Amino acid sequence: MLKLKNLTKQLGEFSLHNINLDIEPGDYFILLGRSGAGKTILLELIAGLLQPDLGEIWLQEEIITHTKIQLRKVGIVFQDYALFPNMNVRENIEYGLKRDKLSPAECNQRIEEYAHVTEINHLLHRNIDHLSGGELQRVAIARTLVKKPSCLLLDEPLSSLDVQLRGGLRNMLRQINKSGVTILHVTHDYQEAIALSNKVAVINQGRIIQCGSTKDVFRNPANEFVANFTGVKNFFLAEFKGNTALLKNNIQLHIVNPDRLTEGKVIIQSKYIVVSPEELNSSSTNNFRGALRQVIPHQSNYELVVDIGVELSVLISEESLQKYAFAPGTELWVSFKANAIQLLD
Amino acid sequence: MQLTKNTPLIFPLLGGLVLLFILAPLASMLLSTTPVQLFDTLHESEVTASIWLTIWVSMATTLLFAAGAIPLAYILARKNFAFKSLVNGIIDLPIVIPHSAAGIAILGFISRNSALGKAASLVGLNFIGHPLGIGVAMAFVSIPFLINAARDGFSGVPYKLEQAALNLGASPATVFFTVALPLAWRNILSGLIMMFGRGLSEFGAVIIVAYHPMITPILIYERFNSFGLQYARPVAVIFILICLAFFLLFRLLVKKKYAKT
Repeated sequence: MLKLKNLTKQLGEFSLHNINLDIEPGDYFILLGRSGAGKTILLELIAGLLQPDLGEIWLQEEIITHTKIQLRKVGIVFQDYALFPNMNVRENIEYGLKRDKLSPAECNQRIEEYAHVTEINHLLHRNIDHLSGGELQRVAIARTLVKKPSCLLLDEPLSSLDVQLRGGLRNMLRQINKSGVTILHVTHDYQEAIALSNKVAVINQGRIIQCGSTKDVFRNPANEFVANFTGVKNFFLAEFKGNTALLKNNIQLHIVNPDRLTEGKVIIQSKYIVVSPEELNSSSTNNFRGALRQVIPHQSNYELVVDIGVELSVLISEESLQKYAFAPGTELWVSFKANAIQLLD
Repeated sequence: MQLTKNTPLIFPLLGGLVLLFILAPLASMLLSTTPVQLFDTLHESEVTASIWLTIWVSMATTLLFAAGAIPLAYILARKNFAFKSLVNGIIDLPIVIPHSAAGIAILGFISRNSALGKAASLVGLNFIGHPLGIGVAMAFVSIPFLINAARDGFSGVPYKLEQAALNLGASPATVFFTVALPLAWRNILSGLIMMFGRGLSEFGAVIIVAYHPMITPILIYERFNSFGLQYARPVAVIFILICLAFFLLFRLLVKKKYAKT
């Protein structure tokens, strides 16, 4: 679908080095990196807003490296939306259709269809300066989607929205992807990657550090940078029943579920998990007996991989490791509080 | 907010003096002219013909030269190229050179002996002593106002909007007409008004290129030279009032247009 081959671009002091990515049809691909890592530049190269110094961009088996911007079948949604202030919502969405030689009826039908998908039917006649951040983002997505691009490029689409709006928009992006739209989404937020993507690439200082399925990248970080950046390993698909999360192998977790979610993912941050040789008598409601599989040394601490039916990653200090003499094969207990578990819908 | 709040008291006083400096001569001229004098002057065909000539030539010149000035302003706002600073400096040249010198330069450029003059005479045209010549002189001294205002307007339009439009399949020309031009329109309209206004008031360059047909600033000068202040003053008052009316009307248009967008 979308392939980047050895893409290189020098911009002043900064450069993108030899970027190779392969995005399959239907993927929700997240490019994860800190500010200034080169994420936006990469999107702009794909959209044709910048020209690479070296390398190739392929879209649907066609090379588009030097194709004009307006002829590429990729739609980009900018971080600051870039809606036209001299047009209302409908005119913004209609803008890209004017050159598609559609009949007025087809044009209206297309606008209504994507206004429905993005839930902005009631905003069509509003001026864009009267819209909230979440509404602006939906309009920008509708304006791009209405052109039916082969690949949708999203530049930090959730970063300027408050937490409540993010949930709704995430859901919408997931639905859009499920309807068959291939998405390349750049962000600095690993939670977005976990919640939305099936593939992730981590970029730092213009280089792709690791690329693979979301699960692989988060479970097996290629190096310490990725491990620190992704910051989390214990994330699991779960079904929620009230304040219980049901994981694979019938593992049940006590959770706090004020939003009454029914399914999603849970994150248990390593630093909130306590390990002990015996079961602890504490206020933690999640206590599991497990087997220690691995002890992985890091720069300032150790990571224990404990199998409780699912593999949990736990961080402990060198002092604790020596005190309890944990070694692979040891049986031990892990415990964590219900409110140490983060839910993602 | 109170005028003197958080401002040194001397500031409004000094500012008031400057305003008085502008208004006093105009008010004095207005008060020294009787309504009868104004009425009689308005019935002189020489005066009305001169005022119409000044207005239409300045307006036509503004519109004609806008066709080139606006695209140039867009390029200056959007593109980087070698010697861009030099081009920007050249555009400001007519503002800093004496207008009589500008008139001499234009005369050499459009006289019958010049290449342009010869080409024009082939189709029976002569710039000298013709509204065409007046228009060229007016444009030369007033075009920087339009280019600078339009360039500032285009610079104020976020480039990302144009990139978004291109990404939605629009051609560069469509992007210009549907995004850049409407969003820079307020500045462009201001520039057009300034160019038109500057053209109306031009004297130094025009008198060298075309004493006749007489535009109003030259008519005022001629009456002052031949008959004195008393005879020149009513024409000056009428012309100032007309210029003010145009200025206010166009400003109002800009405001309305901006309110709509």
